[in-house]
Amino acid sequence: MTAEADTQPRIADEILKTTCYMCACRCGIRVHMLDGRIRYIDGNPDHPVNRGVLCAKGSAGIMHHLSPARLTKPLKRVGERGAGEFQEIEWDEAMALATDWLAEIRKTDPRKLAFFTGRDQSQGLTGFWASQFGTCNYAAHGGFCSVNMAAGGLYSIGGSFWEFGEPDFEHARYFLLFGVAEDHDSNPLKLGLAELKKRGAKIVSVNPIRTGYSAIADEWIGIRPGTDGLFVMSLLHELLNAGKIDLDYLGRWTNAASLVIDAPNDPDDGLIARDGEGRPLVGTRNGVVPTGPNVKPAFKGRFTLADGRSAVPVLELLARRYTGPDYAPDAVAETCGIPAATIRRIAAELAAAAFDEPVVIDQPWTDVHGVRHEQMIGRPVAMHAMRGISAHSNGFHTCRAIHLLQMLLGTIDTPGGFRFKTPFPRPIPPGPQPAGRPDQIAAGMPMAGPPLGFPRGPEDLILEDDGSPRRIDKAFSWDAPLALHGMMHSVIGNAFRGDPYEVDVLFMYMANMAWNSAMNSTETAAMLTAKKPDGSYVIPKFIYSDAFYAETVAYADLILPDTTYLERHDCISLLDRPIGSADAVADSIRQPVVQPDRDVRPFQDVLIDLGARLGLPAFIDDDGAPRFPGGYPDYMVNHERKPGVGPLAGWRGKDGERHGVGPVNPDQLNRYIANGCFFSHPIPEEARYFKHVNAAYLAFAKEMGLIEAPNPIILQLYSEPLQRFRLAARGHGKTQPPDDKRGRIATYFDPLPIWYPPFDEAAAAAAAFPLHAVTQRPMFMYHSWGGHNPWLRQILSRNALYMHHATAAALGIQEGDRVAITSRHGRVVGRAKLMAGVHPSTVWTWNAIGKRRGSWGLEGNIPEAEEGFLLNPLIDDLLPARDGGYRYANADPVTGQAAWYDLRVKVEKLPEDHRENPPPGIRRQPNATKPPKVVAYAVKAGR
Amino acid sequence: MTELPKHPSAKRLGLVIDLDTCVGCQACVVHCKEWNTSSTASPLADTDPYGQEPSGAWLNRVHGFEVEDADTGGCGRTVHFPRSCLHCENAACVTVCPTGASYKRAEDGIVLVDEAKCIGCGLCAWACPYGAREMDGVAKVMKKCTLCIDRIYNEHLPVEEREPACVRTCPAKARHFGDLGDPDSAVSTLVAERAGVALMPELGYAPTNRYLPPRQRPAGTAADATPATGPRAALEPAPGGFLGWLDRVLTD
Repeated sequence: MTAEADTQPRIADEILKTTCYMCACRCGIRVHMLDGRIRYIDGNPDHPVNRGVLCAKGSAGIMHHLSPARLTKPLKRVGERGAGEFQEIEWDEAMALATDWLAEIRKTDPRKLAFFTGRDQSQGLTGFWASQFGTCNYAAHGGFCSVNMAAGGLYSIGGSFWEFGEPDFEHARYFLLFGVAEDHDSNPLKLGLAELKKRGAKIVSVNPIRTGYSAIADEWIGIRPGTDGLFVMSLLHELLNAGKIDLDYLGRWTNAASLVIDAPNDPDDGLIARDGEGRPLVGTRNGVVPTGPNVKPAFKGRFTLADGRSAVPVLELLARRYTGPDYAPDAVAETCGIPAATIRRIAAELAAAAFDEPVVIDQPWTDVHGVRHEQMIGRPVAMHAMRGISAHSNGFHTCRAIHLLQMLLGTIDTPGGFRFKTPFPRPIPPGPQPAGRPDQIAAGMPMAGPPLGFPRGPEDLILEDDGSPRRIDKAFSWDAPLALHGMMHSVIGNAFRGDPYEVDVLFMYMANMAWNSAMNSTETAAMLTAKKPDGSYVIPKFIYSDAFYAETVAYADLILPDTTYLERHDCISLLDRPIGSADAVADSIRQPVVQPDRDVRPFQDVLIDLGARLGLPAFIDDDGAPRFPGGYPDYMVNHERKPGVGPLAGWRGKDGERHGVGPVNPDQLNRYIANGCFFSHPIPEEARYFKHVNAAYLAFAKEMGLIEAPNPIILQLYSEPLQRFRLAARGHGKTQPPDDKRGRIATYFDPLPIWYPPFDEAAAAAAAFPLHAVTQRPMFMYHSWGGHNPWLRQILSRNALYMHHATAAALGIQEGDRVAITSRHGRVVGRAKLMAGVHPSTVWTWNAIGKRRGSWGLEGNIPEAEEGFLLNPLIDDLLPARDGGYRYANADPVTGQAAWYDLRVKVEKLPEDHRENPPPGIRRQPNATKPPKVVAYAVKAGR
Repeated sequence: MTELPKHPSAKRLGLVIDLDTCVGCQACVVHCKEWNTSSTASPLADTDPYGQEPSGAWLNRVHGFEVEDADTGGCGRTVHFPRSCLHCENAACVTVCPTGASYKRAEDGIVLVDEAKCIGCGLCAWACPYGAREMDGVAKVMKKCTLCIDRIYNEHLPVEEREPACVRTCPAKARHFGDLGDPDSAVSTLVAERAGVALMPELGYAPTNRYLPPRQRPAGTAADATPATGPRAALEPAPGGFLGWLDRVLTD
């Protein structure tokens, strides 16, 4: 007789809800606890981000939590840097050491601290802490992630792609997806793609590689990397020449009709003409008047301003540029690697989708002028773009070009188009401005403002009095004026070179900068170990916090071991990167669901403790005692950035009756926990579209504390902040670039999007390095720390160099051949795999599979170390010398975004027996238990 | 050898997997592992998990293929193919089993392994033409998809959660669960609407699971095909170009 299968096992004694952290997406999870152990983690069906689904990373959380790579105790380096020789120390000693190092420099020159964090989600705290410490040398990892998308969006539409906006999956009929986009908002995007599929919407993917989301697209357009901007401008060319644009939308809600001053030698040339109250002027049949609801503006022509100068509408300038022959499909086809007929057809399809069948929602709304609209009418063309666009040195302008395309089609926050997620839209550009100027920093004092912000023009740059860079990463200098997220990728190199100056303490959190997060990983490791003639390290002190024995740990002097995500509080805050949706204001928390079994502390607790030990004013009370003795959860509830505004927006007020703005509620965390660890407050129905100009939305956003004032947010086809930088380059204003940088600023701060070949591509001789090389991470590892996870590494533990059959054939390369991949900067070895779904100009690999022997709690002879490889060693962190010998960062000239995808290589077949030494291994984690030979995890009822 | 049920019910529980929508993200694969490692009699063990050849028992895997034929509209297609037990009507893995460990439930058609009887001979895996069974490297018994039999009837779970873990977690909503023996069920309707297929029906094992093929692409979508004609092929430039168009629009 066969045993009956048990169909009724008990699953959980208790289901604890929290927020996932297996990647950056912040899905809601339910942790099923049975007999005190984790039985099962699944998606929280009530959660607004993932609505019950969970990806491969999230589902591997148990193995993450049990990783043998977890750090177990504070460590002090005892051997040489990089050797991995450590002594375990007590927390008291670790904290005392860190406090000594930091107190010394705070007393003398706070900028000697460079504090940079990786993929953490506590920038509300870490940025505030840096500001309290008094250093401008702070940022998270956005500069090497996707700041081009943030900046391109925030300076154009007051929001951005990223996870701050989303396609209107419910109504879109045509979806245009650019480049690798599996990085952010991954479960929401997959849910959205399913929704589009269900409704039969057309999905078009523009991507050199046909994997992931591109695999299920109805049409794959295999573009040459770095040419998306040109492709989009050609679409603009077609649409403009055919008159297929939404003139009504442009006239009402963008600066299309605003008059641009045409006075080439004047200090305000190229700025928008305004009246005495700052209102933009437009041209009409009756002359020049301030824009207003009842004004019918002209979109072309030359108008005479009151002072006698002339001005031209934005739309005419825009049309003059893109209708020209340079952007005709035939002119760009070869550069983009796309047939001209395809470009023409996509333009026609976009026009048909946008204008033939508008989406109409029977929902009245009132605009900022008080005009009532009976319906919400939208253009059902949605777009999305992320890292694939961002990681090029022309990414900022490409991103802006995509936003222009959206604006011209009238699809920004209209039904069927792109929707802002709260807290966006915000004013363009949003506030505040970055701090760190010489008059804003003093020894022993907090800095007068946040280290990161949004420059409006040259006057907001962070420069020395002589105009040279003042931040260690050169963010907000003439090298990268709109480096909104800092430039973490430049920190170690600049500190090593002492350019612009040396630092004393490098303090990093959760960023594998000695390995796969550095552009030039081999050199970066050498910089961290380099010594001065006196035997001291060039970068004197390095404090690092991580939960795992990542490659970077071996290079630090003091290790502060962090917890895993299941053992901690966290705060996904409106002050940082909340989980807002297009229909609700939302934020969330993590709560510990298990207690650490090691001598580790949540990094945020440690930072708050350090703040108190250093006497940072916001972290001590009037008696000098710690202000937040309860650590991060204490801070999450009791910290107020300004009266009534704290890290969490939900259940404020004594009885939790206030949302958004309100007094501290001591019971706030319990309210979050009772609600599944998230807060979600719906936006009124009448406020869900046209948010930038919707009176009900703007009033709601003001009330919730999302914006300062309920003013209209007019979308910026033409960007005045960019023009202000260009004017400075032309010799106007108090703050001007040094002579050798004027040309660069004048070129790249064009107020209308431009396209230019990616810098590093241009620097590498095309004949010597004929192929593009790009990377992506697999969906089951994207943005995760999961490469060492025993379940996930079974799916992929060796990466190959993927190339097109034809490309391989021309090089005499066959499937599985060993190949050398060489750039102008370095060389790595891997194996080739052949495929059809890649543009023949391009080779690619999965990033961050390659690992260093001895790291991550893995054994020595693992495929990740033996066969795996990174492309990072091929990527220079600097461009070749130009403009008189100066070497700029290998980055976007506007935002400083690391230009990972500009890489050009040559590929050569190697003999099968060829061996090239992999990077030397590092000593295994001190006192690590040997990784088990078997994992057989099970938690069952009645054990 | 083991017999199939003499009086099977009409109920045939199974999966319908949409190849048009699967992005190959592996969510179902890992979620299945996570659920079932605590479900099957012995854990879904992993050997050498941190070493040179990590290898474990999985009940579901996703494979990627490239298809470059004319049906793909000229721009080719990457297809992700999730593979798990198809719960065949004529399950060779059952009839080949020497001990009765492999069996098919009469009441719903689910094929299971009774680990207590499994001797790890591996005959069932040889017999299965779909490669849907995996030997556990530690317990040395055969592991396979149970359709989450400890979920789908489990009264400890809310009704809406009584479906297999892979279906529940799929972010692209490419997986569906139901009674394929009931022509009016949601899954049967979906199969009918989307011309769902059985895998290799010619072999005669009568699998229960169905796959929904990728949607046909509209003609003329190819990147390199002859351009379509008509209004969707290209926009007609406005007479007088953009500025001419603007004049006319604004005087209307």
